[in-house]
Amino acid sequence: MRLEARDLVKSFGSTRVLAGVSFAVDAECLAIVGPSGGGKSTLLRILAGLEYPDSGEVRIAEERLAFNDAALLRHRRSVGMVFQAFNLFPHLTARRNITLPLEVVHGLSADEAHLRAEEVLARFDLAAHAGRRPAELSGGQRQRVAIARAVSFRPRLLLFDEPTSALDPEMTGEVLDLIGELRKEGARIVLVTHEIGFAREVADHALFLAEARVVESAPGRQLFDAPVSGECRKFLKRVLRY
Amino acid sequence: MTIVTEPRGLRAWWFAPRRGPVPGRVFAFQIVLAVLLVTGLLVAVFTGLAHYRWNWEPVWGYREKFARGWLMTVGLASASLVLSTGIGFLAAVSQRARLLPVRALGTVYVELVRSTPLLVQSLVLYFGVFPVLGLSSPFLSGVLILSLFAGAYIGEVMRAGIEGVGTSQREAAAAVGFTTAQMYRHVILPQALRHIVPPLAGQFASLIKDSSILSVIAIREFTLSVTEVRSLTYSAFEAYLPLALGYFLMTFPISLWARRLEQRFRYET
Repeated sequence: MRLEARDLVKSFGSTRVLAGVSFAVDAECLAIVGPSGGGKSTLLRILAGLEYPDSGEVRIAEERLAFNDAALLRHRRSVGMVFQAFNLFPHLTARRNITLPLEVVHGLSADEAHLRAEEVLARFDLAAHAGRRPAELSGGQRQRVAIARAVSFRPRLLLFDEPTSALDPEMTGEVLDLIGELRKEGARIVLVTHEIGFAREVADHALFLAEARVVESAPGRQLFDAPVSGECRKFLKRVLRY
Repeated sequence: MTIVTEPRGLRAWWFAPRRGPVPGRVFAFQIVLAVLLVTGLLVAVFTGLAHYRWNWEPVWGYREKFARGWLMTVGLASASLVLSTGIGFLAAVSQRARLLPVRALGTVYVELVRSTPLLVQSLVLYFGVFPVLGLSSPFLSGVLILSLFAGAYIGEVMRAGIEGVGTSQREAAAAVGFTTAQMYRHVILPQALRHIVPPLAGQFASLIKDSSILSVIAIREFTLSVTEVRSLTYSAFEAYLPLALGYFLMTFPISLWARRLEQRFRYET
């Protein structure tokens, strides 16, 4: 899938979060890495249709993303987003978290939605927890429910915003395994992560974002194994030290 | 060695556990005691009115008037509860509207209502505004006056509840593709409700009691009926005690209902 951004600019107040971000990649799984505050999450949120850029252009599969409310709503309904803080609906059970958008947004009948939810929950080993509310689930289980919700409506693209940053190492493993599986099954993914080792495994293209710009963009493992820029080399050395 | 000792035996009827809930029958027992205490105090005060000669007979003769007034207030309050909730919701969402004139109107309405007395509002609306609009039904006037008044307070309660639902929830709702209306219906309101219900019940009780103000604009509701009975019979407490009891019978069920609702919306976050 071809993903392009041209001169994306975004400021919050006087802070410039994206200062002319451009890239054009052909990737089934794009990893975005870089130091905190470098603009990764904002870029992902623009790709998800959750944020308006101040200027610039985004193309997904050769199709230009129109930045108006109606078009972005359509766009959001075609992509699945997974957040760092899970963002499940706390008043609803795991199952209802999945069936509600299926019924309300995607027009499935209650029965169809129920079947679909049972199917994804079973696949992600969550069948036993279907009737529980988020507060009754572990962090790893919550994130897996969030992923189940995101894939349940068969989106054309899955977006992950640091999906394991709020999890302990064991739960991180269980969530990364799941993302790896989705990848093997052919899901198209854009992944913002601090898990460099995992990004190296799954990504077929990687962007290094720092100080509001794309510093380096390279296919496959090249960016991780042979970084060209000094900044990227320094960053990788820092995060891989321990 | 046990360090924290929970109250046992007789003490358990008088002290709350350091941790965990108070057993239901223990608290019920204490409620009964408190009610007895308050009743006892009231009885003592009234029997202390040595010069007061109790005479229930003339008042009893007007029991139908009591009932009609009470039912009128129940009708006014019920209609106003519904209408003020609607107005309150509009006041709450209007203050979040992107269209600024709507937002400004919402703010002006809330501030205007909250900074003037209900009595003054009643007089101005009933004798000034409504005649100009050709509205002459006292019942409808009463409902409108109460609803416009309570709507401002209910609106602020709702706004606080709505704003208490975090941005991450709005973001999640947007991400799964909800429209704004769907987000309110399925995500914001269900979560706001459990924070709104306790103060909302208080507002509802206030609304019912505030309806007594309408007695000044010739709506024969409960308070006016009872005032009339009082002047017809030259009695005082024989009229006012049933008046207090009559309002209690309207507001207390709302408190009970609110507590049950609170239980229903309870979930951990």
